[in-house]
Amino acid sequence: MSSDFVAQAAYLIASFLFILGLKRLSTPRTARSGNIVAAIGMALALGGTFVLPGMGNFGLILVAIAIGTAPGWLLAKRVKMTAMPQMVSLFNGMGGACAMFISLGEWFRPIAQFSLTVPGLGTWTPQVFAPRSVGDCIPTLLGVVFGAVSFTGSLVAFGKLQGLITEKPVRYPQQKLINALLVALIVAAGWIAVYHQNFSIWIIIVALSALALGVLQVLPIGGADMPVVISVLNSCTGLAAAVTGFSMQNMAMIIAGTLVGAAGSLLTLLMCKAMNRSLLKVVFGSFGSVAGPGGIATTDQSMREIAASECAIMMGYARKVIIIPGYGLAVGQGQHLVHELEELLEKRGVEVKYAIHPVAGRMPGHMNVLLAEADVPYPKLLDMEEINPEFDQADVALIVGANDVVNPAARTDPGSPIYGMPILNADKAKNVIVIKRGRGAGFAGIENGLFYDPKTRMLFGDAKKALQELVSEVKAL
Amino acid sequence: MGIHYGMGVLAMIYIFILAIFTGVEVISRVPTVLHTPLMSGANAIHGIVLIGGVIVLGQAGGNATLCALGFIAVILGTLNVVGGFVVTDRMLEMFKAKPRNSEKNEQ
Repeated sequence: MSSDFVAQAAYLIASFLFILGLKRLSTPRTARSGNIVAAIGMALALGGTFVLPGMGNFGLILVAIAIGTAPGWLLAKRVKMTAMPQMVSLFNGMGGACAMFISLGEWFRPIAQFSLTVPGLGTWTPQVFAPRSVGDCIPTLLGVVFGAVSFTGSLVAFGKLQGLITEKPVRYPQQKLINALLVALIVAAGWIAVYHQNFSIWIIIVALSALALGVLQVLPIGGADMPVVISVLNSCTGLAAAVTGFSMQNMAMIIAGTLVGAAGSLLTLLMCKAMNRSLLKVVFGSFGSVAGPGGIATTDQSMREIAASECAIMMGYARKVIIIPGYGLAVGQGQHLVHELEELLEKRGVEVKYAIHPVAGRMPGHMNVLLAEADVPYPKLLDMEEINPEFDQADVALIVGANDVVNPAARTDPGSPIYGMPILNADKAKNVIVIKRGRGAGFAGIENGLFYDPKTRMLFGDAKKALQELVSEVKAL
Repeated sequence: MGIHYGMGVLAMIYIFILAIFTGVEVISRVPTVLHTPLMSGANAIHGIVLIGGVIVLGQAGGNATLCALGFIAVILGTLNVVGGFVVTDRMLEMFKAKPRNSEKNEQ
């Protein structure tokens, strides 16, 4: 009893630390310590688990922890900041898989064990599966389903962002029907599994169908919507942890899992709001399918190219320049160069600010992380609401690798798939310079009328190379 | 069924509901800058499934199926926890290097 008490006390303190950690994570000043507080909570919960009554196999547990620690640590330390979203997705998938295996373990756990000792023949320990009540089965089944969907869904999201799977929406005939059938199969097999607990085939069918559902649900979603998908799957794993906590009657798992499930859902909604997308549309529809004809008829006009030297003159003699960084900047590893350019311009007396769209990069706040890495001063990064009124006074809006977040069609063209999405009003600046890799449409596959605007000049090229040229040209002024 | 800590289903549901409100309330005022680190931090916290894996493996006795499931679960859970916290710390480390707020006051 006393060791159980120790474990429960550890869980109680750990739960408190998780809440405190999340709280601190949501303020810039305390965020780093919040992460550490949560990690201490995790260590405490793990330690408490070791002293639970009836525990054994400690050697195996330590070996498994060692095997998991090494790659986790290395991956986390080595990953580039630009690859952060897919790394979060990968770790999330591991958590989902873990929840699935635990729930399967819980399902297969013999309820009553007894030993029969026959003198002369040894001890015989049959494993008896006493049927569980429906109420006991449901959380275990849900743990399998949520965990499995999270697992394969996260792996597909990882593959898409890593470039292993095409970022374009993958369409196949009758996808909604197939997904609906899979859900029906999960429910039916789950139902049968509850009443035929001796036949493990049914729970396996539930798991396999859920794994397939995770893949098929995420494949048709385009790369532009991946941040929302990762956020949804993040809360899905949280939920998986919570229901697994229910089936194991483990307080720490219920609280931590539910916290993440709830916080993750709120984060998802915030993201959807920033992109003006309904969650249902992200999950059941996609950007890619409506691209092209829905855009404005500007393709007959031509883009106006500009040389780096001219750009340097425009910016070097401007009073105010607003830089709009997008994911293309991060891909080209241009964050440090853009900071150098900003410092050069400031030295010449130009006022330089950064306009950060809520979904710049691939996750909300991703761009802030990338620019912070390049030592860009925090007060220079302005949110959309703060910076939008300032575009009128800007001489130059420099767009580096951003596209959809400056597309005026979102304001003006009701036929555009991004109509209504809040955007940065770069088109209000006196001049617009766009650094862009090629002439193609953006991540979401939508034409951008701003690129054909008479006051827009295009500087084609990889973000890093173009910025390098700009920096040396500004130096030469 | 596992070990009962004298916790009724109803109590668990109460805790579940209160935790939902806590989760929403605690992060509701998060600035956009911190969304990515917060998501990553939350991702690390749901690594709590690790302890479920430890329990399955620890209470598996000699049952080969449970040992295998628990063993894999512990490896995956550890990946989630370690990777999650380390990656979050790396992200937040960068925010530390930012200069004093005096610059903002001047403007």
